[in-house]
Amino acid sequence: MERHFEEEFNRVKSKILEMGALVEEQIRNALTALVDRDEALARQVIETDRHVNTLDVEIDEMSLECLARYQPAARDLRFVTTAMKISSELERMSDLAENICERAIELNAEPQLKPYIDIPHMAHLARIMVKESLDAFVKTDSALARKVIRDDDFVDTLTEQLFRELLSFMIENPKAITRAIRLSFISKYVERIADHATNVAELVVYMVEGKIIRHTIPSPTA
Amino acid sequence: MHALIDRLTQPPHTARRHPQATGPDVASAEPSHDAHSEPKITVEAADFYYGDKQALFNINLTVPQHKVTAFIGPSGCGKSTLLRCFNRLNDLVEESRLVGTIRLDGRDIHDPSVDVTDLRTKVGMVFQKVNPFPKSVYQNVAYGPQLKGIRRRARLDDIVETSLQGAGLWEEVKDRLHHSALGLSGGQQQRLCIARALAVNPEVLLMDEPCSALDPISTAKIEELLHALKSHLTVVIVTHNMQQAARISDFTGFFLMGELIEYDGTKEIFTNPSDRRTEDYVTGRFG
Repeated sequence: MERHFEEEFNRVKSKILEMGALVEEQIRNALTALVDRDEALARQVIETDRHVNTLDVEIDEMSLECLARYQPAARDLRFVTTAMKISSELERMSDLAENICERAIELNAEPQLKPYIDIPHMAHLARIMVKESLDAFVKTDSALARKVIRDDDFVDTLTEQLFRELLSFMIENPKAITRAIRLSFISKYVERIADHATNVAELVVYMVEGKIIRHTIPSPTA
Repeated sequence: MHALIDRLTQPPHTARRHPQATGPDVASAEPSHDAHSEPKITVEAADFYYGDKQALFNINLTVPQHKVTAFIGPSGCGKSTLLRCFNRLNDLVEESRLVGTIRLDGRDIHDPSVDVTDLRTKVGMVFQKVNPFPKSVYQNVAYGPQLKGIRRRARLDDIVETSLQGAGLWEEVKDRLHHSALGLSGGQQQRLCIARALAVNPEVLLMDEPCSALDPISTAKIEELLHALKSHLTVVIVTHNMQQAARISDFTGFFLMGELIEYDGTKEIFTNPSDRRTEDYVTGRFG
């Protein structure tokens, strides 16, 4: 049976994708701004955050309307509540991209401490996690969502490695401390973007399978 | 220094939360009756026939005490038939026949020693179509207790007031107890029928679409009432209104073509049903 509110659900889905595409672009541009020391691009990313915030509010309002008017149940209910939560996760990622750019602008005031290899690599991985978590949402693919959750461990490892490297810079040369700390912040922001992508993936598993896997250790076979 | 590095490089908990806690298993298939609810009605391998036509197929379920259990499903799925089995109302339907066992507090309700009038006193019923007697409000409620032999006026007054209060109707009718019940609104008449059922002090209240002819305000009052009644009554309700089942029941059974497809906590049925047919029904994909 064709249900007229299916159209509303599809509108919510499209909005999430629109927001996801913006956030992915923000992450990409934030890293380009850092590597190329491009302040104008950094400011553009910061500016985009407003647009993302607007979408977050729109998605919330559309979802609330779906709940109020159609009283969805079962997988429809899980879809709407998941959409609301994913929207918040994306909004947080956008804030973090903004934070990366703020630090990048500060770093531009001083000479570059070191060539940027690991941070762009981490950011690339995080961006793929964001993309795949949203693909998993659209395709209701919990296997892909579980892959994203596993990938997060790699980003965590890279963060640790980078921290050790930056620490050695600081120990060797106290004049490098300010820049090293800023870079350390940036790696932390990237790592948290990956965490939010993981949250999205966990939400998708709930939406698809009805299983809450947040706060649990994924089984090795999962 | 290494200890410091290790401490500072621990995986963050800002967004990942705490991996060691164990989440609830929301996908359990069995009705998770909590420890406080004893089984009130038990149905074992029940088949039901209207003549040659089989209306129920191998139904097995337990209705827990002091809970609201809802039966949902499309028209003709057998949910009302099963409800009517619980107080043997189907005995009145010619050529109908039940195979299997239905127990009330562990006792087979078809046991020859069971007095059917006594059973129907314990297991009261409220119907879709409001059906007050064409008598006064007072007489509607007092009728059952009078049949049971209660004659003292003071005792009857007491029962009438308590029952009307239990049905949330007392304040609205206390000044016109001796007016005709037919002058009440539809919602009031339905609550009067509930008061009439409560007057004989039942243990179970069966409700067959009790709100389908009522406006939303009257419906809300009946729903509030059910919530209050379940502290001392077991309620089984048949409803076509899925949101109503979701709002008021603790357990929900989904019926389809005479079969009990899924029976579980209402939360599970409406958030994560385990059978695809239940899912399709509660999301409005068919039915």
